[in-house]
Amino acid sequence: MTVVATPTDLARGTEYSGSRPKRHYGTHVILLVLAVMWLLPLGWSLYTALRPVESTNQYGYFSVAGAFNFDNFVTAWNQGGFSKYFWNSVIITVPSVILTLFLSSLMAFAVSRVSWKFNITLLIMFTAGNLLPPQVLAAPLFQMFKHLNLPYWFSDSGTLLNTYISVIAVDTAFQIGFCTFVLSNYMKALSPDLTEAALVDGAGIWRQYWSVIMPLCRPAFAALGTLEVIFIYNDFFWPLLFIQSGDRLPVTTAINNLQGVFLSNYNLLAAGATITVIPTLVIYLLLQRQFVAGLTLGSSKG
Amino acid sequence: MPTIPRKVRRLSKRDRLVLTVMVAIPTLIQLVFVWLPTLFSIGLSFTRWNGLDLTDIRPAGASNYQFVAQEYPPFWPAVQHNVLWLVFLAVVATPLGLLLAVLLDQNIRGSRLYQSIFFAPVMLSLALVGVIWQLFYQRDHGLLNFLLGTAGQPSAVDWFGDSNVNIWAALVAATWRHAGYVMLLYLAGLKGVDPSLKEAAALDGANAGQTFFRVVFPAMRPINIVIVVITIIESLRAFDIVYVINRGTNGLELISALVIQNLVGEGQVIGVGSALATILLVISLVPIVFYLTRTFGKEAKES
Repeated sequence: MTVVATPTDLARGTEYSGSRPKRHYGTHVILLVLAVMWLLPLGWSLYTALRPVESTNQYGYFSVAGAFNFDNFVTAWNQGGFSKYFWNSVIITVPSVILTLFLSSLMAFAVSRVSWKFNITLLIMFTAGNLLPPQVLAAPLFQMFKHLNLPYWFSDSGTLLNTYISVIAVDTAFQIGFCTFVLSNYMKALSPDLTEAALVDGAGIWRQYWSVIMPLCRPAFAALGTLEVIFIYNDFFWPLLFIQSGDRLPVTTAINNLQGVFLSNYNLLAAGATITVIPTLVIYLLLQRQFVAGLTLGSSKG
Repeated sequence: MPTIPRKVRRLSKRDRLVLTVMVAIPTLIQLVFVWLPTLFSIGLSFTRWNGLDLTDIRPAGASNYQFVAQEYPPFWPAVQHNVLWLVFLAVVATPLGLLLAVLLDQNIRGSRLYQSIFFAPVMLSLALVGVIWQLFYQRDHGLLNFLLGTAGQPSAVDWFGDSNVNIWAALVAATWRHAGYVMLLYLAGLKGVDPSLKEAAALDGANAGQTFFRVVFPAMRPINIVIVVITIIESLRAFDIVYVINRGTNGLELISALVIQNLVGEGQVIGVGSALATILLVISLVPIVFYLTRTFGKEAKES
């Protein structure tokens, strides 16, 4: 990443203080120290992961001697069953994100583009729901799912427990609030003339929503979609609560069990942790702008 | 301001039906999976139940609350830890994030690289943060004890295992993630401050500190409110890190973790778990209501 100070940057830097660029040396020292501290935990994981356990046993973990290779990653991937966990994450994340965005766009359209009585009340209810600590509703949800009897061809537990659907449903319900809030603000900012024109042309509500408003919301969907993929991929709690079979856990919840699987082989544990970082890192590098936009969209109104 | 004539034509029957469905489906999902369970939590907190048969639910009055407050040993430590969590995030993590934002807002070289570094932990799940810091804090092989020169000696500290220090170790790990988030929000906030305000302050002879605290910081009021709310809610939601470390026991008790300890595993005491959940709910409603009145207060009056 190259960052070159443009002429305007330099001009701004000297604009109101009149001091020389020298002023920034102190800033750089603070930032460098903090950046190194920030990278230490991640760097240590990566460093440990790259060393075979034989080297670390012989030379100790705090050393530079011995071989470096990717063997731990291969072993951790196979022993840890990562392919299965990643697949589970996909099964949970993809439908949750699509459902969340679709349902919240319906709700956001109704509360922002049509004026009727309970607009604000519903929007408040949706926003508040997203702010609750999940543990507040854990017990009743668990019991509701446990006492809902389902045919065995549908769920081998005979209930909603231990199914992907339980996690998808609750993830979706929890995230709809936040997305509705963000999307409704976004839709409110679109000119009312747009739907007026469509209305005059005889377009019904659905046409206004699907053909007029939705295409204009693409930037918001890109940002929210990226954010929600990360949020739901990173969700630890709901699968922990609902899924009992280890082989159905998504990767974020499964790492909790890795310590047991890898016993006290820290090299493998570090490799496992690093593997789990990779998808978020890829998304971050590819879609950093979308992710940041999503986070700040949510706070732009307060 | 006259309302924009939205109702050029009254909605047709079909449009009403479409709208009803558009609102009904998300609302129903929200009610069934969020608000009904919340009400059930309150209800169950006044009962005694082992979670097996619905007909076994017995009314218990306020006895669960009495038990939690008087006879349940981890409760008060958990309350203290939640308060500590809040204070630490508010006094250390959030100001650190603000500091980073202010430093990075001055158009220095490498600003984007620094931002990426400080922001990276925000992308990680709190569970993963717990695992990564466990490797860092580990007693015999962790980097921290090597850096302190205590590794392998009797004086080596098991940072996550020692109940005297583990809450602080967990808070440092939580700060690692929270500060980056706060930095990001304040960077957006600082960009939104009108530069002419700073110039005016400089013309009036204010130094950099005065300009920041008297002019720039107050101008970021909307972001400040969001950050206050996020900080409080994060401290109430804290769960994943301590659960990954030791399931929220031995020095790491938090109300959220106690809720779960009472719900899963043998001898489920749904009533006690629900009483704890209700306590957590009541505390959470304070920042939530504050935020909602700030955000929707004006609109609610208009409509």
